Amino acid sequence: MSIQPERLKTLVKAAAEKVIASAGELTALDQAIGDGDHGTNMKRGFEAVLGKLDAIAMQPLDEAFKTIGKTLVMTVGGASGPLYGSFFLAVGDALSRNRRLPEDLAEVFGSGVGAVSARGRSQPGEKTMLDVLVPVLETLQAEAGRPDLIARVRAKASEAVTRTMPMQATKGRASYLGARSVGHIDPGAQSSCLLVHAVCDMLEAQP
Amino acid sequence: MTDTVGIVIVSHSKDIAKGTADMVRQMVGNEVKVAFCGGNPDGGLGTNVSLIIDAIDRAWSPKGVAVLVDLGGAETNSEMAVEMLQPERRTLVAVCNAPIVEGAVMAATEAAGGSSLEQVRAVAEELSAD
Repeated sequence: MSIQPERLKTLVKAAAEKVIASAGELTALDQAIGDGDHGTNMKRGFEAVLGKLDAIAMQPLDEAFKTIGKTLVMTVGGASGPLYGSFFLAVGDALSRNRRLPEDLAEVFGSGVGAVSARGRSQPGEKTMLDVLVPVLETLQAEAGRPDLIARVRAKASEAVTRTMPMQATKGRASYLGARSVGHIDPGAQSSCLLVHAVCDMLEAQP
Repeated sequence: MTDTVGIVIVSHSKDIAKGTADMVRQMVGNEVKVAFCGGNPDGGLGTNVSLIIDAIDRAWSPKGVAVLVDLGGAETNSEMAVEMLQPERRTLVAVCNAPIVEGAVMAATEAAGGSSLEQVRAVAEELSAD
């Protein structure tokens, strides 16, 4: 399993920079229904990833994803560290088991989503990042091979974020608010959408 | 000295973690190893996997370690820390579903009597039972 180091570098950099640039927006969302640290936590984690970018780009793809995962686990400082960290560690594990990109994209992405669900003991509908990741996974499974797959994934992620607004949180800090969590977009769903969009943008710009 | 289960306290706030550890030591003195940590990698409110791993090391006992946590991220990060330990240590750490202060004091008191990790955990988790 290999990918050109420059391409991997561009991809990781685009995703990290998007999260870092959106830290204020993520924190504002988290101030409404959480403890207000999601943006700063994600920024700290992805800045640490950027700091290792050259090393990550030189690694085999499975090891690169594991390095990203471990870095997020060790630096984010909130629940999103283990959650996103587990996603990337599981993606790396799937690639170590001879799954290939792009052929096995849905399966590899599904490994990551499964790890998030297990780590958070959470299911879709609980107003979390899974409410974006699972619809994106379903799109990857159902629409694989379509020429407009990237556009469909991007649209699905946007739509899925909006759908967290009427949900009542039953996991995470927002669940303490009960019914008052209704009417706000979930910050974890939004950060997942940002990451998905960053990958879509890069793949469209450099197919 | 007979081995006793170690106690680790993980809070989003280092002050709460330290205060809880002080209360535990008041109950059990030095009969039980107690370690604590709190704060994110920048020192703000949050939790930090590497500090949790260090705290588990400091409180390590052949009988195991009970971890008491406050809110969600402390639990998630503690579970992640346990998975990053040496495989032979992982089954000897219990992240308890219990209130942090009461749970830590009850767990440490039980541990001081020489109880097993499962007994220590059960006593702490009784506090969360309906």
